[in-house]
Formats: sequence, structure tokens, C-alpha cells
Amino acid sequence: MKNLTCKQRKMLYRILLAAALLIVIKLLPAIYLPVHVPLVTTADLRMNSGPAYFLSPWLFYLVPYVIIGWDVLWKAVRNILNGQVFDENFLMALATVGAFATGEYAEAVFVMLFYQTGELFQDYAVGKSRQSIAALMDIRPDTANLENEDGSLEEVDPEDVEVGAVVVVRPGERVPLDGEVLEGASALDTAALTGESVPRDVGPGDAVISGCVNQSGLLRVKVTKPCEESTVSKILDLVENAGEKKAASENFITRFARYYTPCVVIAATALFLLPTLALTLIPPSAQPAFLAGTQWTGWLHRALIFLVISCPCALVISVPLSFFGGIGGASKCGILVKGSNYLETLARTETVVFDKTGTLTQGSFTVTALHPAPGVAEDALLEAAALAESWSSHPISVSLRKAWGKEIDPSRVTEVEELAGHGVTAKVDGRAVSAGNCRLMEKEGVQWESCELPGTIVHVTVDGVYAGHILISDLPKPEAKTLVEGLKAAGVKRTVMLTGDTEATAKTVAQELGIDEYHAQLLPAGKVERVEALLAKKSPKAALAFVGDGINDAPVLTRADIGIAMGALGSDAAIEAADIVLMDDNPAKIATAMRISRKTLRIVKQNIWFALGVKGAVLLLGAFGVATMWEAVFADVGVAFIAILNAMRCLRVESLK
Amino acid sequence: MKKRFKLTDLDCANCAAKMEEAIKKIDGVKDATVSFMAQKMTVEADDARFDDIMKEIVAVCKKVEPDCVINL
Repeated sequence: MKNLTCKQRKMLYRILLAAALLIVIKLLPAIYLPVHVPLVTTADLRMNSGPAYFLSPWLFYLVPYVIIGWDVLWKAVRNILNGQVFDENFLMALATVGAFATGEYAEAVFVMLFYQTGELFQDYAVGKSRQSIAALMDIRPDTANLENEDGSLEEVDPEDVEVGAVVVVRPGERVPLDGEVLEGASALDTAALTGESVPRDVGPGDAVISGCVNQSGLLRVKVTKPCEESTVSKILDLVENAGEKKAASENFITRFARYYTPCVVIAATALFLLPTLALTLIPPSAQPAFLAGTQWTGWLHRALIFLVISCPCALVISVPLSFFGGIGGASKCGILVKGSNYLETLARTETVVFDKTGTLTQGSFTVTALHPAPGVAEDALLEAAALAESWSSHPISVSLRKAWGKEIDPSRVTEVEELAGHGVTAKVDGRAVSAGNCRLMEKEGVQWESCELPGTIVHVTVDGVYAGHILISDLPKPEAKTLVEGLKAAGVKRTVMLTGDTEATAKTVAQELGIDEYHAQLLPAGKVERVEALLAKKSPKAALAFVGDGINDAPVLTRADIGIAMGALGSDAAIEAADIVLMDDNPAKIATAMRISRKTLRIVKQNIWFALGVKGAVLLLGAFGVATMWEAVFADVGVAFIAILNAMRCLRVESLK
Repeated sequence: MKKRFKLTDLDCANCAAKMEEAIKKIDGVKDATVSFMAQKMTVEADDARFDDIMKEIVAVCKKVEPDCVINL
């Protein structure tokens, strides 16, 4: 009760009052009057002791009918004056007034009562679902603690904070605007944005993203973006306006509704007029079997049942609601879908094309094996290489230093020389160390060993003697291993990996992850060509999705049927270019997105078929005179209500993660 | 120019579809969507005549769903 809006509560009281009155009237004995008043009284023919008159039942039934239905009647009249003929108010008014005219008073009241109850339920369910979707998106903080020049704090609207201002974020609060930490250290919970509560450690100099929750320490943050450009605003904007891009099934339903109602109304008119005309024109003896013994009121009743079913509301409401729920549920998992149409296309995706680096692999190099020459310790090999490369900022040098993990004393390294395309030579503790590829080894005339493992190999010599080699590779992300399996289970037929890397590396990654097909040594333009070739090969109904990090594959993202960008937290380019955006860089989310889209589409189809099926069945039964008015009202509001409940399942995504 | 408006008391999904269709027919409107779920309306129309077009939109919506209020 307390969840109801004022309007809904009023309706509830009207329903209860009308229902109570209906019961009372049903139980009421006939009230006799001594005189006959035309229209108001009816002669009682069962009485044998002279004429008796009792008050006509329509007088009583009119009271609850007006209580429950006055607004429907009023809206029907108003809408006709406005040129809107076939709306549900008109149909309900016509059906119930018709029932009154044919003497079915109780039925008229009950139908109106049932209709209003259904509408109330529908209204409540839609409001509720809208609220729960809106709650999912409630990640925008309402206030920011602005630090004034004198150091005092002021609570302001985030929209009023200018770029360059300093805001204070206390533990437990959300970061109001994108910025850079000036002071303080803390862990930020990104769950609202990514769906995954992995805390991110931040300290002075680190960028922070609005919408994250500050978990532990006090942070002073310098604002770098105005409110409307901050991450959280962009995300909200995107999800809230996703409904503007409509799915084909949504357009189908609105088009369908446009023809459905007039068609049913015309059918209802025909159902009444034709038999009635036939009844009056054809003499009873010559009437066909289905007409014989029927009366025009019976046909009117059948036509009225048609009218009650003719409202397309169940369909029109449940389809967009399902998509809205699907998009809301996806955003709860950190997957942003930019429109219902993309959710629909994703559901029929059969080919998924991945970019390798940064998507399937971590995109950073890691030392994966140390193969020292006989007599050399692993530590010594790594130490020599790390020190020799200590001046370089090349990703490989960075990974060597990271693997060694100790503080580097710059004074130990002298006479550093970088040989482009070869490697580095330097004096480490006075000994000559060379670290580089096989070309460097050949240049120095050192006998080197090849390695059977794929990846980048750094050979090391100390004082001109071969000390062994270090294998560096870009490791697949741990979550990527279950990805292909998940995609296959979700209905994807083919997985393809594109990379600019070498054949050997591509092969290993593809094999390890179970990817069907790979194309190596591709330049960015080559990736577009490959995707185009795959697009030409796929069946016309199926879709092709491309997954990339959105940084340098924007052309491919736009070329594919569906572009999925990952690791978008903090990358505006990715959010711009893609149709579906994964907020973190967990590739397993692709399979989650796929599952959500299939579930949503399944629910959409269920709703369409269920509503059409029930309406069709009741229309048929109604035409043959088998369906009652109650069944007709169920086919209208009952179906709508069930369809709404079904649509709400789209929001539940826990099991799909 | 593209503008978004919040709607109050938009009670039926079918009315939303009808409103959208009617708005799209107004001269000068490039595109329009009425979202029943988000209770929002997006209108893309000529910059110069935007205010006049908005007046027409309000009138059209009043015809379809008199209870619905466009929060300008």
C-alpha cells in the first residue's frame, strides 16, 4: 500500500468500493413498487396475484459502473473529440455500454472492474520495474565537497564544480567528478561501473574516475573534467538514451499495433452486422445452421468480446520493457549496451573476431622462462639483463626490470649503448654484457641456442661468453581461458583472432585459448580487410562481432555488425567507437553480454507469441460464441500483466555472470 | 538541434508510440523518440524554428494523451 502513488491509491479505493457494491447488489432482493414507472421498473411476470413491479436492476448496477468506469467513459469521449478513435478507453466504453444495452448489467460492471484492476497492476508493475532499473543506474553522486581557498569545505552540486578545483572525497563517499589525486591514498571500489568489486589502489598523481566508491582513506582530488564530461555522466547518458535506438522487434510491434486494432474493430463490426442483417432478411426456415435460433443480441455480445481483445497494449508495453530490462541488467554487470538494436544483433552473433593484444592477452610483456647456459645461475642471467637494459624504456626492458624486482643501482651500469634493432651493450660491474636478439649474437659472433617456446627471446652474453636466454611473452588473460567455451555455449559458431604479432605467437595463443582461426602479422588496414572477408562469408542472418580495446581499432569496430570495446574505464575513444562497451578488461564479460542478449531476446519472443497466441485464441473462441467477456478481459489486461512480469526477468542477471 | 524533455503521467505504451509518430510528421522535425520506459522525449529539429516546433509538439501530444505533461 505505501508503495502506491496517490493516483494508484485512489484507483484502489474505487475498485474496492465498486467490488463491494457489486456483491451487495447481487445479493439484494427485488424491491417492489406499487406503481409502474417506465424504464425504472420492470413487471414481474412470475407473480400470479395481479401486476407487480420491481425496480430494474440496471438502476443499481449503474452506481458501481459509474464509480469504476467514469474516467474511462470520459477519456473515450475526449479522445474521440481529439480524433483518436481506436484507443483502449473507447473500446472498453463501447464493450461495457454494449453489455449494459443487452441487459448484461453485472457483466458490464465486472468487466470494467477487471479492466481497471488490470490497469492498476500494470501501472504498478511498470512503475516498479522502472524504479528498479533506475536504481541500478543511481551511481551519480548528488554532492561534492568543494575545498575553498581558505581550506574550508563546502557541499555543492557536482555540476557547479569547475575544472581545476579541489574536492575532498571521504571514505564511503563516491568520487563526484573525474580528477587526479593530489593527496592521500585509498582503495577505490569500481563495482558500480564495472560490476566487479575489485578495489583499485590510488595515490598522489593517479587519475580517479567518478562513480567509484572511496573505501579507505581521505582523498584530495583535483578536478580534471566538468560534470557533463565526467565518466559517470557519460555512462548514464548512454544507458538512459539506449532506448532511442530501437530493435527490429520493437518496430515490428508498433507497426503491428497500428493495423491490429482497426482490423479487429472492423472484424467486430462485421461480426455483428452481417449475421444481424442475415437474421432480418432471410426467413427463419431458410437460415443456415449457424444462424438458426440466434438473436442479434448474441452477435452483439460476440462483437463486444472482440473489441475488448483488440487493445494491443500487452505487446506494445512488454517488448520495450524487456529490452530496457536487458540493458539495465547488462549495465549492472559493467556492460554498456548503446541501444536495443545492438542487444538484438548480439543475440544472433555467430562469429566473434578478437584483437589479440590487450583483448585476449594482457598487453604487457612478462618474463615467462629463463634458460641459462650451463654453469650460469638463473638469477645471474636475469640480473645481468635487467641491469644492462636498465636505461631503456622499451616494454621488454621494463618487463626484465619488473621480473628482477630489485632496486637498480645506476652506478653499477656504465658505457650503455643501444643498438637499434639488435639490443643493448653495457658494462655491468665492469663486465661487458650484451642483451638482445639473435642478430646481436651473430654480430658478436657468439654461438647461441634457439628456443622452442614462442615469444620474444633476449639472448645474453657476459664477457663475450653466452650466458643463456630469457623468454618474454604477452600472456593470455586468465579469464580468457574459459571465454571460448562460454561463447560456444552461448551459441557462437566461430571464433577468430587477428593480430599484428608473429605467426608462432599467434598460434600458441590461439591453441591455448581454443580459438578456431587466427590471422597473424596483420597491419591495422589488414584487420579491416580480414573482417570484411569474414562478413562476406557469414550467413546473412547471423551477425559478426569484433572485440577490441578501442584504442587503435576504431575502423574495425565500426565495420563489424557489432563493435565491442573493452577496458573502457577511462577511455573515451572506446566508448565513442563501440556499440557495446565493457567497462573493465575482463574478456569473460563478452560471453556474459551474449547470454544476457539471448535471454532478453528469448523473453521478447515469448511475450510476442504468448500475447498474440492468447489474443488469437480468444478471438476465435469469441467468434464462435464460446468465450465470455471475462476471458476477453483476461486476454487484454491479464496477458499484459503476465508479459510485464516476464519482461522483468530480463533484469535478473546474477546467474549469467 | 537535439533536445531531451522529461514527461510526466505518460501512462500507456501505445500512446507513446502514437505521440512519437505524430511528432515525426510535424514539419521541421528531423527525428523524434518518445520513450515510455524512460518517460522521456527526444526531439531533433531545425534550430531556427525550434520554439515554434515545440509548441506544435505540445499541441499534438495534448491530442493523443491529454494527461501527459511535457516538462519544457
